Amino acid sequence: MEALEQIKTRVEAAVAGAKLEIIPNDSPSGHRSLLIDAAHAMSVATFLRDDSQLRMDYCSCVTGVDWLDAVLKEKVKVRKLVEGVEKEVEETIEKQRPGVLEAVYHLYSMQLKQGPVILRLRTGNRTDQVHLPSLTPVWRGCEFQEREIYDLYGVIFDGHPDLRRILMWDEFKDHPMRRDYVEPDDYEYEPTPHDDVLSKAKHHYPSPAAAK
Amino acid sequence: MMDRATIAERPQNFEILPKRSANGEVHGDLLEVAMGPHHPSTHGVFRMDVVLDGERVMKLKPVFGYLHRNHEKIGETTTYLGTMPYTDRLDYFCSLTNNWGYALAIEKLAGLQVPERAEYIRVITAELTRLQNHASLVGFLMQDMGALGTPLMYAFREREKILDLFEALTGARMMCNYMRFGGCRVDLPPGWLEETNKVVADFPRFIDEFEALLSGNEILMARTQGIGALSQELAINASITGPMLRATGVNYDIRKVDHYGIYDRFKFRVPLGEHGDVFDRYMMRVLEMRESVTILEQALRDLPEGPIIDPKAKLRGFRPKAGEAYGRIEAPKGELGFYVISDGSPNPYRYKVRPPSLINLTVLEDMCLGQTIADAVVILGSVDIVLGEVDR
Repeated sequence: MEALEQIKTRVEAAVAGAKLEIIPNDSPSGHRSLLIDAAHAMSVATFLRDDSQLRMDYCSCVTGVDWLDAVLKEKVKVRKLVEGVEKEVEETIEKQRPGVLEAVYHLYSMQLKQGPVILRLRTGNRTDQVHLPSLTPVWRGCEFQEREIYDLYGVIFDGHPDLRRILMWDEFKDHPMRRDYVEPDDYEYEPTPHDDVLSKAKHHYPSPAAAK
Repeated sequence: MMDRATIAERPQNFEILPKRSANGEVHGDLLEVAMGPHHPSTHGVFRMDVVLDGERVMKLKPVFGYLHRNHEKIGETTTYLGTMPYTDRLDYFCSLTNNWGYALAIEKLAGLQVPERAEYIRVITAELTRLQNHASLVGFLMQDMGALGTPLMYAFREREKILDLFEALTGARMMCNYMRFGGCRVDLPPGWLEETNKVVADFPRFIDEFEALLSGNEILMARTQGIGALSQELAINASITGPMLRATGVNYDIRKVDHYGIYDRFKFRVPLGEHGDVFDRYMMRVLEMRESVTILEQALRDLPEGPIIDPKAKLRGFRPKAGEAYGRIEAPKGELGFYVISDGSPNPYRYKVRPPSLINLTVLEDMCLGQTIADAVVILGSVDIVLGEVDR
């Protein structure tokens, strides 16, 4: 299969205005991925599926990932004057990474037996801009997995034919796979008399001072 | 006890006459039926909300989640190795292939090598798993069609022999927890190879017996041929994998495409169907069992001596470098994938299972529309689902 850089240039030539970025992967697996912008996701996906050299006709796996706000530390070499002599010094820069939700698509080609091409889509943030375009119209195999991401991560896929909760029940409020999800402490109808359950249950009741 | 005449004379208190539309066409009311979660044909806790016009299926919506325990969240809170026994519980018929899929993903993530002997043992256990899965699936399929007991018991008789082998090797019949990152947990016990050779040598006789009883059976043909047909285009677009995909004629077997493990060393054929109906799916399983037997014969013949685990592989305090990997294998039910993202800590940042059973259900409605409700049962049986994997 052609190199990811070449795929990137060909996609950018074919889809006007598409912004792609190659995400590196340090592990020995060496699978790098393509970050695509949500506005052009559909046309990029259609191009990858229909292009005669790629024919990514099979979407194997769709994964939701939750990236929390984080401070990333990066080591950079800087030239600096140290005691009057210019030297190369390592410095740590702290970068603020805003939290995002991500959908990762693993694409293979059944016709040409090649792959994977990995696509990533990122939402604006984790709270109010959680919309992503659904790729189910391109690959129907995404249907249940995108529903699952909606259910467990709260990403809303625009254009999905049937976006409902799939694993949790319909009345469930939260998205349990998010990294900052807190389990409710009242799973059970009555708190069972264990110390930790009772102490958790305490803040559900008014304090004795307030009751008087 | 009332005699026949009295029953016939009983007054009918309820209206059962069919309604008529303006042009005189007779039609009944549409009936909504919740098949499951306790319907025996759903093989577990799975529900199909079916809308029926008489016996015809007009609409079908699968409902999942009754067995959901958020396997992936558990995977994020335990160590890498701690997830290995949990993978047994995904598709509890095929714990050894689940182990392999997970081990493969982590080996890609951490760059581990697997010794020769361990690769051979993996192939042997995976193909034995495929044999017992396909045999019992065909038995269950017959059970769904009304052949109560006999074919299933024949299949279970053979499965029992294979489960005994698993028990001798791993200590457990179904929850094997056998593979480790970079190899396997224990070496073969004494006498295991001879016993396995015997089981493998006997197996074709069972397939012959099974086929003599079933493949040419008129009732089986009438119930399965032309039922639940699936087109190639739809199957590929809907990410269908495994025997269900190959029944439509698409030549895609991950053992041949990825050559994971040492599958490029064995000579075997990939059976392909033509019509993509239930009968083809049944035949796929029977033919794949025959191919698995030939793989087993070669692997048992060539099994080398040597270590069974990479000496550099770390079991405790295992922390792969930050990065991600996707490992996939051809499980008996289809493509089983594991996607793991590491952030350098002792447990994965993200751990995702790509379950073949769930994704193969994408086209369940397409296959069942217009068929009778009794055929919907057979179509679901031919998909081969295990709810431990569907709901995770």
